[in-house]
Amino acid sequence: MSSTPGKNYLNEKSGLWSWLTTLDHKRIGIMYMISVLSFFFIGGVFAMLMRLELFAPGALFEGNTYNQMMTYHGTIMTFMVIIPGVPAFIGNFVLPLLLGAKDVAFPRVNLMSWYCLMVGAAISFLTLFFGGVDTGWTFYTPYSIQTNGTVLMVLGAFVMGFSSILTGLNFIVTVHKLRAPGMDFFKMPLMVWALYSTAIIQVLATPVLAITLLLLASEKLLGVGVFDPALGGDPVLFQHFFWFYSHPAVYIMILPAMGIISELLTTFSKKTIFGYRAIAFSSVGIAAVSFFVWGHHMFVSGQSELAGVIFSFITMLVGVPTAIKTFNWVATLYKGSIEFRSPMLYALGFIFLFTIGGVTGIILATLATDVHFHDTYFVVAHFHYVMVGGTLMAITGGIFYWFPKMFGKMYSEFWAQMSFLFVFSGFNITFFPQFILGATGMPRRYHQYLPEFTSLNQISSIGSWTIGIGFLIALGVIIHGLLKGEKAPKNPWGGLTLEWTADSPPIHENFETTPVVTAGPYEYGR
Amino acid sequence: MSDSSSPSNKHHHAHHFDSAEHEFDASKFGIWVFLCTEILMFGGLFVGYIFYSGKYPEIFEAGSQFLDWKLGAINTAVLLLSSFTIAISIRNIQMKQKKAAMRNMIITLVCGLVFMGIKYKEYTHKFHQGIYPGKYFNYQPHGAEHSSKDANSHGESKGEHGKVEHMDSLPENIALYFSFYFVMTGIHGTHVIIGMGLILWCLIRTRNDEFGPEYYTPLEGAALFWHLVDLVWIYLFPLLYLI
Repeated sequence: MSSTPGKNYLNEKSGLWSWLTTLDHKRIGIMYMISVLSFFFIGGVFAMLMRLELFAPGALFEGNTYNQMMTYHGTIMTFMVIIPGVPAFIGNFVLPLLLGAKDVAFPRVNLMSWYCLMVGAAISFLTLFFGGVDTGWTFYTPYSIQTNGTVLMVLGAFVMGFSSILTGLNFIVTVHKLRAPGMDFFKMPLMVWALYSTAIIQVLATPVLAITLLLLASEKLLGVGVFDPALGGDPVLFQHFFWFYSHPAVYIMILPAMGIISELLTTFSKKTIFGYRAIAFSSVGIAAVSFFVWGHHMFVSGQSELAGVIFSFITMLVGVPTAIKTFNWVATLYKGSIEFRSPMLYALGFIFLFTIGGVTGIILATLATDVHFHDTYFVVAHFHYVMVGGTLMAITGGIFYWFPKMFGKMYSEFWAQMSFLFVFSGFNITFFPQFILGATGMPRRYHQYLPEFTSLNQISSIGSWTIGIGFLIALGVIIHGLLKGEKAPKNPWGGLTLEWTADSPPIHENFETTPVVTAGPYEYGR
Repeated sequence: MSDSSSPSNKHHHAHHFDSAEHEFDASKFGIWVFLCTEILMFGGLFVGYIFYSGKYPEIFEAGSQFLDWKLGAINTAVLLLSSFTIAISIRNIQMKQKKAAMRNMIITLVCGLVFMGIKYKEYTHKFHQGIYPGKYFNYQPHGAEHSSKDANSHGESKGEHGKVEHMDSLPENIALYFSFYFVMTGIHGTHVIIGMGLILWCLIRTRNDEFGPEYYTPLEGAALFWHLVDLVWIYLFPLLYLI
């Protein structure tokens, strides 16, 4: 196809309809960006309201309302923000660019995955008009069968699962079939390895969630009783099924974020990544191990002691590939020429927070200590350190990193750094006290607490406002950059991966001529 | 459907592939990955089945007595035949035998209809007996026999009645077996219907001369899907009928 000067994927066609029917992976990525950021805003509002309630318990909401807000916060943030956040949004935009391809393997399937997310989200939000759902995002039986609204919510999650499956399927085939000439598996950027490992989890784990949710819905609609003890069923089986998906799902959330971090760290330290193969294989390793650790969510659910010991052991194994990544990242920084640009700040923040989240995960994986920490705020703090301190920091860093490529504009570096300052400090103010709260015995998921927990809870709530300000600044930076940003060059950061050889923003087919790859992705000083 | 005016089986590959073969390879790979997700989904049900049949073998043994293995066997044979004919239809397309390909697709569709017809018979018969999944199960060994005789004057399940009468006391929670029966065969039946829809679509496209030796990817995909549906049934049949 011809490449008219001044034409790019953004202005090639215009009108809302051209977006809603687009098959261009970059446009679909941008549509995912808009949806994911909107959901993030809604989920964030629920979080702020919960923290507000916990600032002065009983002053604002009743227990039921609080439980519903907690459920919507969890459901929105997992199914609509973090799971599609990296693969479907950032991955969609960058994967073909990183591979030197013109598009993903199945562009129509790609568009369909976006519609699946939208339809599923709409169905989930419908529950708000039918009295809401207050089961928590885990939908544990038997309670979830007794309440109304579960079926709709579960149906929504089912449809959103298709979105995830289709994205994963598309990425696996794209990585196998659409690499640029000369790019063998070990010349792929580490982001691609991460997305590929994620895609494997999406494809293999999500169907199990689908059948679990179908069984849950038929439990409610047809009374099948598979999870109902009164009919001979077993509620613990639901937990097994649910975590068989939902534990690998946390690696759907973190693995691609780790991929982003690998890209950011090399580019901004201008140094070949340390241990390329180790990082690449550790992604696949985490994906593989992720399927055998689900039982650590159920140490106190009455599974056998032997199962508990085995799951505890395998869970600790996850620490190995994760530590391999972290040490390699730190080694990459060593003697690099580090530039503290905003994406780099987010990447460094990731390493700091994710390490805390990871190490507290080992504490929770230990059988004896988990009995003490189970269902306390310690767990809440732990997974927020990983999901927010890890994944959301990586997503924000990734947005600032690829923003010039996405829109051909630069943004205000100063304010981007300010957003980091607020998010990072606010995050620690919010969640570090929760480790102490949990360790001293405050259970999670309650709208009230004993008086001795007051001051730490209030500190935590103040922190949540700081995070809120930080993300609002980041949003402002994005909008300001879109409207008033200077024109971005092809390669503002001096990155060596293929996307930086394309125009900013890229043309419809990404590259004028298909790139031919001769060297590894990070060969600085070549 | 309407654009049969241009009988050309020259398929232009999409812009991001190098060649038609490249596109075919990628598509086939994608379909296989999709089939993996199907296996994982049914896998959840099979795990549930294994778990409960190990826990309450008596329920599953008693429950299977209510099924007519002959009907299950007929359905197995019908699906196996249909898998064969759909595979042959691909060969026909590769050999440019349009008529034969369409005939084989139609046989496949008829097999699918027979399968669903027999399933419908089995379902309605169970409903007349009051056999529903889980908490709606209200089978009464004697009362139900009358109602089933009234509703079903055909002697299609004589063998079943003979067995059922001997069972004076059904094991507790036998409804759990029927939960699995209905959910597993229900989801499988849904797949049969989807598969028939796909094959019908391929049939129409074949009639419109859209497929030829150079391009038949959708038919390849539909056939792979159909084989999977067949394969799942081959596991369901012994697990549910032949205990």
